[in-house]
Amino acid sequence: MDGIHDMGGMHGWGTVAIDPDEPVFRERWHGRAFAMGAMSMGLSGTNLDAFRHGLERLHPYEYLADGYYGRWLACAETLLVDSGVLAPGAVEARARNLMGEQVTEPADVEENKPSYERGGAGSLREIDDEPAFSPGDRVRAKDMRTGGHTRMPGYIRGHTGTVQALRPAALLPDTNAHFQGENPQHVYTVEFDSAELWGQDAEAATLRIDLFESYLEAT
Amino acid sequence: MADHSNTTDRLSPAVRAEALESLLTERGLVKSEVLDGFINRMVNDVGPMNGAKVVAKAWTDPDYRAQLLADGTGAIKELGFAGPQGEHIVVVENSDDVHNVVVCTLCSCYPWPVLGLPPEWYKDPAYRSRMVREPRTLLSEMGLDLDDDVEVRVWDSSAENRYLVLPQRPDGTADLSEEDLAALVTRDAMVGVAKVSAG
Repeated sequence: MDGIHDMGGMHGWGTVAIDPDEPVFRERWHGRAFAMGAMSMGLSGTNLDAFRHGLERLHPYEYLADGYYGRWLACAETLLVDSGVLAPGAVEARARNLMGEQVTEPADVEENKPSYERGGAGSLREIDDEPAFSPGDRVRAKDMRTGGHTRMPGYIRGHTGTVQALRPAALLPDTNAHFQGENPQHVYTVEFDSAELWGQDAEAATLRIDLFESYLEAT
Repeated sequence: MADHSNTTDRLSPAVRAEALESLLTERGLVKSEVLDGFINRMVNDVGPMNGAKVVAKAWTDPDYRAQLLADGTGAIKELGFAGPQGEHIVVVENSDDVHNVVVCTLCSCYPWPVLGLPPEWYKDPAYRSRMVREPRTLLSEMGLDLDDDVEVRVWDSSAENRYLVLPQRPDGTADLSEEDLAALVTRDAMVGVAKVSAG
């Protein structure tokens, strides 16, 4: 989806400051949000790709307002509510009660976890298909436009690069995130020249991006 | 559209986290001690000290270096480092001619077993947006100036492969032990936004 998460190449974000003394979790709730975010996938019967899509589906304000762990927390809530593990509004009502307000909490709802086939743990899969491409092949990133989840960054759409390496096959996030099957595929590292992506005045650089076979077409 | 910018009545994430934890624990879905254990592992057991051991061994053991570059996941597992976000780790080597740097433009993918959780700057929209478009300028702003004749190679971790940069061993370290070398290796050098200095 063309969302706030697809940040490659955007302008306007300012500069980057490194804090050499940054702790792993700056606030106590950062750690709690991280741990519950990680567990929310299992608790909601979903998966890592659905979690990433949950992050993308947050309103851009919610995506940014409380930083990385803020979106993990909001995403955990999204997945748990989608799956009926928690009722809509349950977290907000509980939070208001914790702050001393007197709020009626919503009744539990029926669980609605997704039902789908899993091909094993993790994301890597063994497949028998011959790879369609080999290192050295010229390939074009398809002009894909989906409103759902994808791991093809928008900034390479329609651009041409060179296959640099074949990586282990992996399940396809585009369908797995929506519980439509794993569709494991070959994955390639494709190299693009910065001028191909950003124009002739681009800073000299090469970009290497990992792309699923169905994202690519021969040139 | 909902007005998400109305902050007067917006709940803090701290209280939302507390609320979520209380809802999950009272349903028996989560135990607070399990969350504690998970957090402790991320704070104490994984982090750049793991990656630094990998780099120092590669600097002192040519066979290990070759193995690491050929099969990062396997060579790293030999030192005891594996786990979530480490299903397939690829090690990319810096040289006089090529400088590698890693980003995740779509989220904040990062090789947890060897570097731990990503620092704030790695998750910053400025880093995610600019590293693929103006890497030399951004690296310079972060304190790393590269010669024009060095190829800047940016790795956008868009699938499940995770990348670790093998930095160049600094001059003047020929007499150092593997342990002393590991102490020089920084997280920032293993992501590719800094070089390792001899101290």
